[in-house]
Amino acid sequence: MPADPADDLTAAESADALSAAGAAGATVRMWLPGVLREHAAGRSRLDVAAAADATVADVLDALAVQEPALERRIRDEAGVLRPHVNVYVADTNIRDADGPATMVGGADISVIPAVSGG
Amino acid sequence: MSEVVLMIGTRKGLWLGRSSDRVQWDVTGPHLGMDEIYSCAIETRSETPRLLVSAASPHWGPSVLRSDDLGQSWQDTPQGAIRFPADTGTALAHVWALQPGPTDQPGVVYAGTEPSALWRSEDSGETFSLYRGLWDHPHREQWWPGAGGQAVHTVLPDPFDVARVTVAMSTGGVYRSTDSGQSWTPANKGIRADFLPGDEPEFGQCVHKVAMHRDRPEQLFAQNHGGVYRSDDGGGSWQSIADGLPGDFGFPIVVHPHRPGTVYVFPLVADADRVPPQARCRVYRSTDTGGSWEALTQGLPQEPFYLPVLRDAMCTDDADPAGIYFGTRDGAVYGSRDDGDSWAEITRHLPDVLCVRAGTVA
Repeated sequence: MPADPADDLTAAESADALSAAGAAGATVRMWLPGVLREHAAGRSRLDVAAAADATVADVLDALAVQEPALERRIRDEAGVLRPHVNVYVADTNIRDADGPATMVGGADISVIPAVSGG
Repeated sequence: MSEVVLMIGTRKGLWLGRSSDRVQWDVTGPHLGMDEIYSCAIETRSETPRLLVSAASPHWGPSVLRSDDLGQSWQDTPQGAIRFPADTGTALAHVWALQPGPTDQPGVVYAGTEPSALWRSEDSGETFSLYRGLWDHPHREQWWPGAGGQAVHTVLPDPFDVARVTVAMSTGGVYRSTDSGQSWTPANKGIRADFLPGDEPEFGQCVHKVAMHRDRPEQLFAQNHGGVYRSDDGGGSWQSIADGLPGDFGFPIVVHPHRPGTVYVFPLVADADRVPPQARCRVYRSTDTGGSWEALTQGLPQEPFYLPVLRDAMCTDDADPAGIYFGTRDGAVYGSRDDGDSWAEITRHLPDVLCVRAGTVA
């Protein structure tokens, strides 16, 4: 994922955070498309608190507390992923895996608008 | 100096018109970019006018947004202004109606949604609560979506009785409550449902829009999916007022802001032929509660015209003489500043117009 000048973490800080997350299972890194960054204080990536065995649903539950305006644009209030939003764990679209129950396993999550959406 | 604000909601964004004379319009947009603007409202009861819109992103879902600076900036409710409670097992698809409450209920805004539900805000649109009585109605499983979706598209609170509210949906028809929304009774007696077999049903009609004048809440006007009707008893029964119209199909119906018996429609040929009769762009006006109709054409396109006007794409302002406005699916908006006697194009080449609303601001 390319770096973005709007990122609020330096490369060194990112490495530290990633290392800490891997060690403690404390955070998952989430990458955001430009159009969603207004709902994340301008950031292109977020660190979301999550347990080591977290699923995508767990991460989104945590995101709903941390950044509710962002979370509800990824899935609706019934917890269903919006139909024209794709969520990847590393390089895997969760629709091709276990959906929201897909294990994160310390990988990055990317939120990407589908080409079908508009 | 006061001016009229015209909100134009389209398939891809919102445009805002402002005019002090309703001749020269300053139209700006698109605001809210790619969002579908399903409904909009101008809240003029507060000292600072508030614009409300339902903005639905094809990717990121629906939101109710508000602006207290006439569209220069927009505020969102982080968790979402309208959220279906978890036990409903459903989610908001679209907000089809945003309706400010009566003047003596500041801060009250009603919303009608897809799936069919009624909501009430008491903080000027920042948060809404679900009316459980309508949501839990035993008829719900027999309401079916029209082409646009299963939605409450009309909300008419009674200006003189806070306990009385009328809603309309496609399909389902008209329902009314006299106990502050706790219970709801279908109010469709006399309205056709040609798309159903058998006798006229108690409910299930595809009522496209219902209008009411705030000074005469017992009198309702309905543009049906086939049929134009008036009720003089708050929806207890309906009589056809389609005689004199070139077609009884259509979507919008609006009432003059200062003359309760004056009503406007934009007729289409029929369900199976949803274009204006004779391919002519004509608004029809009745000044006698639907007893007779006259075609209004001065200033409207005179060439062949094949465009419908959607149910919320016609409105009035609150000025006197009244402004009447409508938008078309080819993105043109026309306005009249003399009760409909003459018209002029306000703007063109927008995305298809889903809704228009107008109001006077200081």
